[in-house]
Amino acid sequence: MKFGVVVFPGSNCDYDCYYVLSQVLKAETVFIWHEDRSLKDCDCIVLPGGSSYGDYLRAGALARFSPVMEAVQEFAESGGLVIGICNGFQILTEAGILPGAFLPNRGGRFICCPVYLRVENNQTPFTLLFAPGEVIKVPIAHRQGNFFIDSLHQEEVKKRIVFRYCGPQGEIDSCYNPSGSWENVAGIVSGQGNILGLMPHPERAAEKIVGSEDGRRVFLSVIKWWEEKKWK
Amino acid sequence: MKYRGKVVITLKPGVFDPKGATICNALHALSYREVEEVKTGKYLEIILESENCSQAEKRIQEMCDRLLCNSVIESYSYQVEEVKS
Repeated sequence: MKFGVVVFPGSNCDYDCYYVLSQVLKAETVFIWHEDRSLKDCDCIVLPGGSSYGDYLRAGALARFSPVMEAVQEFAESGGLVIGICNGFQILTEAGILPGAFLPNRGGRFICCPVYLRVENNQTPFTLLFAPGEVIKVPIAHRQGNFFIDSLHQEEVKKRIVFRYCGPQGEIDSCYNPSGSWENVAGIVSGQGNILGLMPHPERAAEKIVGSEDGRRVFLSVIKWWEEKKWK
Repeated sequence: MKYRGKVVITLKPGVFDPKGATICNALHALSYREVEEVKTGKYLEIILESENCSQAEKRIQEMCDRLLCNSVIESYSYQVEEVKS
Protein backbone atom coordinates (compact mmCIF):
# COMPACT_ATOMS: atom_id res chain seq x y z
CA MET A 1 0.00 0.00 0.00
CA LYS A 2 1.01 3.58 -0.54
CA PHE A 3 0.87 6.53 1.87
CA GLY A 4 0.69 10.16 0.80
CA VAL A 5 1.76 12.94 3.17
CA VAL A 6 0.28 16.30 2.19
CA VAL A 7 2.58 19.30 2.51
CA PHE A 8 0.94 22.66 3.15
CA PRO A 9 2.93 25.86 3.56
CA GLY A 10 3.59 25.80 7.30
CA SER A 11 3.27 22.05 7.81
CA ASN A 12 6.07 21.00 10.15
CA CYS A 13 5.36 17.36 10.96
CA ASP A 14 5.36 16.29 7.33
CA TYR A 15 8.91 14.94 7.48
CA ASP A 16 8.26 13.18 10.80
CA CYS A 17 5.32 11.34 9.20
CA TYR A 18 7.33 10.61 6.07
CA TYR A 19 10.25 9.31 8.15
CA VAL A 20 8.12 7.01 10.30
CA LEU A 21 6.17 5.62 7.36
CA SER A 22 9.04 5.18 4.94
CA GLN A 23 12.03 4.50 7.23
CA VAL A 24 10.62 2.97 10.40
CA LEU A 25 7.74 1.03 8.86
CA LYS A 26 9.28 0.65 5.39
CA ALA A 27 6.01 1.57 3.69
CA GLU A 28 5.89 3.21 0.28
CA THR A 29 5.36 6.90 0.98
CA VAL A 30 5.27 10.04 -1.13
CA PHE A 31 4.81 13.72 -0.44
CA ILE A 32 1.85 15.48 -2.02
CA TRP A 33 2.20 19.23 -2.54
CA HIS A 34 -0.82 21.33 -1.53
CA GLU A 35 -1.17 22.64 -5.08
CA ASP A 36 -1.41 19.15 -6.55
CA ARG A 37 -4.84 18.06 -7.67
CA SER A 38 -3.93 14.38 -7.79
CA LEU A 39 -3.35 12.07 -4.83
CA LYS A 40 -0.81 10.00 -6.81
CA ASP A 41 -2.76 6.74 -6.36
CA CYS A 42 -2.16 6.71 -2.63
CA ASP A 43 -4.23 4.40 -0.43
CA CYS A 44 -3.97 6.45 2.73
CA ILE A 45 -3.62 10.23 2.96
CA VAL A 46 -1.96 11.85 5.97
CA LEU A 47 -2.63 15.51 6.74
CA PRO A 48 0.28 16.31 9.05
CA GLY A 49 0.62 18.70 11.96
CA GLY A 50 2.07 22.18 11.89
CA SER A 51 0.67 25.63 11.33
CA SER A 52 -0.61 25.62 7.77
CA TYR A 53 -0.84 29.17 6.43
CA GLY A 54 0.43 30.43 9.78
CA ASP A 55 -2.87 29.40 11.40
CA TYR A 56 -4.15 32.77 10.15
CA LEU A 57 -7.86 33.46 10.59
CA ARG A 58 -8.41 30.06 12.30
CA ALA A 59 -6.19 26.96 12.41
CA GLY A 60 -6.89 25.00 9.22
CA ALA A 61 -9.30 27.58 7.77
CA LEU A 62 -7.11 28.53 4.82
CA ALA A 63 -5.58 25.12 4.13
CA ARG A 64 -8.99 23.62 3.48
CA PHE A 65 -9.21 25.70 0.29
CA SER A 66 -5.90 24.37 -1.08
CA PRO A 67 -6.31 22.68 -4.47
CA VAL A 68 -5.30 19.31 -2.98
CA MET A 69 -8.21 19.40 -0.54
CA GLU A 70 -10.77 18.95 -3.30
CA ALA A 71 -9.14 15.64 -4.14
CA VAL A 72 -8.87 14.73 -0.44
CA GLN A 73 -12.57 15.47 0.04
CA GLU A 74 -13.53 13.30 -2.91
CA PHE A 75 -11.19 10.52 -1.75
CA ALA A 76 -12.63 10.66 1.78
CA GLU A 77 -16.22 10.59 0.54
CA SER A 78 -15.51 7.54 -1.58
CA GLY A 79 -14.25 5.65 1.48
CA GLY A 80 -10.52 6.37 1.18
CA LEU A 81 -8.41 6.32 4.34
CA VAL A 82 -7.48 9.74 5.69
CA ILE A 83 -5.58 10.59 8.89
CA GLY A 84 -5.52 14.19 10.11
CA ILE A 85 -2.98 14.75 12.86
CA CYS A 86 -3.17 17.92 14.98
CA ASN A 87 -3.34 20.71 12.38
CA GLY A 88 -4.51 18.00 9.96
CA PHE A 89 -7.46 17.31 12.31
CA GLN A 90 -8.20 21.04 12.44
CA ILE A 91 -8.18 21.17 8.63
CA LEU A 92 -10.61 18.23 8.44
CA THR A 93 -13.08 19.96 10.75
CA GLU A 94 -12.75 23.27 8.89
CA ALA A 95 -13.45 21.42 5.64
CA GLY A 96 -16.52 19.80 7.20
CA ILE A 97 -15.03 16.34 6.55
CA LEU A 98 -15.14 15.71 10.31
CA PRO A 99 -17.61 17.42 12.66
CA GLY A 100 -16.83 20.01 15.32
CA ALA A 101 -14.39 22.88 15.63
CA PHE A 102 -11.36 23.81 17.72
CA LEU A 103 -11.06 26.50 20.36
CA PRO A 104 -7.88 27.63 22.12
CA ASN A 105 -6.79 25.38 24.99
CA ARG A 106 -8.64 25.98 28.24
CA GLY A 107 -5.50 27.43 29.86
CA GLY A 108 -4.71 29.64 26.88
CA ARG A 109 -1.26 28.11 26.45
CA PHE A 110 0.54 26.04 23.88
CA ILE A 111 1.00 22.61 25.43
CA CYS A 112 3.74 20.19 24.36
CA CYS A 113 4.01 17.05 26.48
CA PRO A 114 3.32 13.31 26.48
CA VAL A 115 -0.24 12.40 27.46
CA TYR A 116 -2.11 9.20 28.16
CA LEU A 117 -4.90 8.18 25.81
CA ARG A 118 -7.53 5.51 26.22
CA VAL A 119 -8.46 3.59 23.10
CA GLU A 120 -12.25 3.81 23.05
CA ASN A 121 -12.81 1.98 19.79
CA ASN A 122 -10.51 -0.62 18.26
CA GLN A 123 -12.93 -1.48 15.46
CA THR A 124 -11.47 1.07 13.05
CA PRO A 125 -8.78 0.74 10.37
CA PHE A 126 -6.55 2.94 12.56
CA THR A 127 -6.84 1.11 15.87
CA LEU A 128 -7.29 -2.58 15.18
CA LEU A 129 -3.90 -3.42 16.75
CA PHE A 130 -4.91 -1.88 20.08
CA ALA A 131 -6.83 -3.66 22.81
CA PRO A 132 -10.18 -2.13 23.76
CA GLY A 133 -9.65 0.33 26.61
CA GLU A 134 -5.86 0.13 26.25
CA VAL A 135 -3.94 3.09 27.66
CA ILE A 136 -1.22 4.45 25.39
CA LYS A 137 1.29 7.30 25.67
CA VAL A 138 1.59 9.77 22.80
CA PRO A 139 2.68 13.42 22.85
CA ILE A 140 0.53 16.45 22.07
CA ALA A 141 1.76 19.83 20.82
CA HIS A 142 -0.92 22.41 20.18
CA ARG A 143 -2.48 25.70 21.20
CA GLN A 144 -5.93 25.03 19.83
CA GLY A 145 -6.92 21.52 20.78
CA ASN A 146 -10.09 22.28 22.67
CA PHE A 147 -12.53 20.21 20.62
CA PHE A 148 -16.00 21.75 20.53
CA ILE A 149 -19.18 20.18 19.27
CA ASP A 150 -22.59 21.83 19.42
CA SER A 151 -25.25 20.16 21.53
CA LEU A 152 -27.24 19.03 18.47
CA HIS A 153 -24.42 16.74 17.29
CA GLN A 154 -23.04 15.54 20.62
CA GLU A 155 -24.91 12.24 20.72
CA GLU A 156 -23.79 11.33 17.22
CA VAL A 157 -20.15 12.28 17.78
CA LYS A 158 -20.02 10.43 21.11
CA LYS A 159 -20.28 7.17 19.16
CA ARG A 160 -17.32 8.14 17.04
CA ILE A 161 -14.78 8.85 19.77
CA VAL A 162 -11.63 6.78 19.25
CA PHE A 163 -9.12 8.29 21.71
CA ARG A 164 -9.79 10.12 24.96
CA TYR A 165 -7.34 11.87 27.28
CA CYS A 166 -7.01 9.87 30.48
CA GLY A 167 -4.85 9.18 33.52
CA PRO A 168 -2.10 6.52 33.65
CA GLN A 169 -4.67 3.86 34.59
CA GLY A 170 -7.20 4.97 31.98
CA GLU A 171 -9.16 7.25 34.33
CA ILE A 172 -11.30 9.73 32.41
CA ASP A 173 -11.31 12.94 34.39
CA SER A 174 -11.14 16.62 33.54
CA CYS A 175 -7.79 16.85 35.38
CA TYR A 176 -6.27 14.67 32.64
CA ASN A 177 -7.75 16.83 29.90
CA PRO A 178 -4.98 19.17 28.70
CA SER A 179 -7.07 21.39 26.46
CA GLY A 180 -10.58 21.37 27.88
CA SER A 181 -11.70 19.26 24.93
CA TRP A 182 -15.34 18.12 25.03
CA GLU A 183 -15.67 14.66 26.63
CA ASN A 184 -11.84 14.49 26.82
CA VAL A 185 -11.83 13.92 23.06
CA ALA A 186 -8.37 13.39 21.57
CA GLY A 187 -9.49 11.66 18.36
CA ILE A 188 -12.65 10.80 16.44
CA VAL A 189 -13.54 8.97 13.24
CA SER A 190 -16.06 9.78 10.54
CA GLY A 191 -19.44 8.05 10.39
CA GLN A 192 -18.09 5.52 7.91
CA GLY A 193 -14.96 5.06 10.00
CA ASN A 194 -12.51 5.74 7.18
CA ILE A 195 -11.34 9.17 8.38
CA LEU A 196 -9.44 9.66 11.63
CA GLY A 197 -8.72 13.03 13.21
CA LEU A 198 -6.53 13.16 16.30
CA MET A 199 -4.71 15.90 18.17
CA PRO A 200 -1.86 13.76 19.61
CA HIS A 201 1.08 12.95 17.36
CA PRO A 202 1.45 9.19 16.75
CA GLU A 203 4.40 9.90 14.44
CA ARG A 204 6.30 11.30 17.43
CA ALA A 205 5.82 8.07 19.35
CA ALA A 206 6.98 5.48 16.88
CA GLU A 207 10.36 4.46 18.28
CA LYS A 208 11.60 3.52 21.76
CA ILE A 209 14.31 6.15 21.62
CA VAL A 210 11.69 8.94 21.68
CA GLY A 211 9.98 7.57 24.78
CA SER A 212 7.09 5.59 23.35
CA GLU A 213 6.34 3.46 20.35
CA ASP A 214 2.60 3.29 20.95
CA GLY A 215 1.91 5.65 18.06
CA ARG A 216 3.37 3.39 15.41
CA ARG A 217 0.47 0.98 15.88
CA VAL A 218 -1.88 3.58 14.40
CA PHE A 219 0.01 3.30 11.12
CA LEU A 220 0.60 -0.46 11.48
CA SER A 221 -3.15 -0.91 11.97
CA VAL A 222 -3.76 0.87 8.67
CA ILE A 223 -1.26 -1.38 6.90
CA LYS A 224 -2.78 -4.51 8.43
CA TRP A 225 -6.32 -3.37 7.60
CA TRP A 226 -5.26 -2.71 4.04
CA GLU A 227 -3.57 -6.09 3.64
CA GLU A 228 -6.62 -7.93 5.01
CA LYS A 229 -8.93 -5.94 2.78
CA LYS A 230 -6.75 -6.82 -0.20
CA TRP A 231 -7.06 -10.55 0.45
CA LYS A 232 -10.81 -10.47 0.98
CA MET B 1 -17.63 51.96 -6.92
CA LYS B 2 -15.44 51.12 -3.98
CA TYR B 3 -16.85 49.86 -0.70
CA ARG B 4 -15.51 49.04 2.72
CA GLY B 5 -16.98 46.07 4.54
CA LYS B 6 -16.44 46.09 8.31
CA VAL B 7 -16.83 42.58 9.61
CA VAL B 8 -16.99 41.67 13.30
CA ILE B 9 -16.71 37.99 14.22
CA THR B 10 -17.54 36.86 17.74
CA LEU B 11 -17.79 33.53 19.49
CA LYS B 12 -21.32 32.24 19.86
CA PRO B 13 -22.88 32.47 23.33
CA GLY B 14 -21.81 29.53 25.46
CA VAL B 15 -18.56 28.96 23.55
CA PHE B 16 -15.67 29.27 26.01
CA ASP B 17 -13.30 32.15 25.29
CA PRO B 18 -9.94 31.58 27.04
CA LYS B 19 -8.46 34.82 25.68
CA GLY B 20 -11.40 36.80 27.03
CA ALA B 21 -11.13 35.09 30.41
CA THR B 22 -7.39 35.84 30.61
CA ILE B 23 -7.93 39.51 29.74
CA CYS B 24 -10.72 39.67 32.31
CA ASN B 25 -8.34 38.36 34.97
CA ALA B 26 -5.72 40.91 33.95
CA LEU B 27 -8.26 43.73 34.27
CA HIS B 28 -9.18 42.49 37.72
CA ALA B 29 -5.48 42.48 38.62
CA LEU B 30 -5.41 46.17 37.60
CA SER B 31 -8.28 46.73 40.07
CA TYR B 32 -11.03 47.09 37.48
CA ARG B 33 -13.27 45.10 39.76
CA GLU B 34 -16.45 46.16 37.96
CA VAL B 35 -15.52 44.04 34.92
CA GLU B 36 -17.84 41.03 34.76
CA GLU B 37 -16.83 39.48 31.47
CA VAL B 38 -14.59 40.08 28.46
CA LYS B 39 -15.34 38.60 25.08
CA THR B 40 -12.82 38.62 22.26
CA GLY B 41 -13.49 38.50 18.56
CA LYS B 42 -12.04 39.49 15.21
CA TYR B 43 -12.40 42.66 13.20
CA LEU B 44 -11.74 42.67 9.46
CA GLU B 45 -11.94 45.48 6.93
CA ILE B 46 -12.51 44.41 3.37
CA ILE B 47 -12.16 46.91 0.56
CA LEU B 48 -13.91 45.78 -2.59
CA GLU B 49 -15.18 46.94 -5.96
CA SER B 50 -18.89 46.55 -6.43
CA GLU B 51 -21.72 47.89 -8.58
CA ASN B 52 -23.73 49.04 -5.60
CA CYS B 53 -24.01 48.74 -1.85
CA SER B 54 -26.43 45.81 -1.76
CA GLN B 55 -24.23 43.83 -4.14
CA ALA B 56 -21.22 44.53 -1.89
CA GLU B 57 -23.22 43.38 1.13
CA LYS B 58 -24.17 40.18 -0.63
CA ARG B 59 -20.55 39.42 -1.46
CA ILE B 60 -19.34 40.18 2.07
CA GLN B 61 -22.00 37.87 3.51
CA GLU B 62 -20.90 35.12 1.15
CA MET B 63 -17.26 35.59 2.24
CA CYS B 64 -18.30 35.33 5.88
CA ASP B 65 -20.26 32.13 5.26
CA ARG B 66 -17.57 30.45 3.20
CA LEU B 67 -14.36 31.45 4.92
CA LEU B 68 -14.25 34.27 7.43
CA CYS B 69 -16.58 32.77 10.02
CA ASN B 70 -16.80 29.18 11.28
CA SER B 71 -20.49 28.78 11.97
CA VAL B 72 -19.89 25.96 14.44
CA ILE B 73 -18.39 28.35 16.99
CA GLU B 74 -18.69 31.88 15.62
CA SER B 75 -21.26 34.39 14.43
CA TYR B 76 -20.70 37.58 12.48
CA SER B 77 -22.11 40.99 11.73
CA TYR B 78 -21.02 43.50 9.12
CA GLN B 79 -21.53 46.99 7.82
CA VAL B 80 -20.76 48.19 4.33
CA GLU B 81 -19.95 51.79 3.47
CA GLU B 82 -18.88 53.53 0.32
CA VAL B 83 -15.23 54.57 0.13
CA LYS B 84 -15.07 58.13 -1.15
CA SER B 85 -11.86 58.76 -3.04
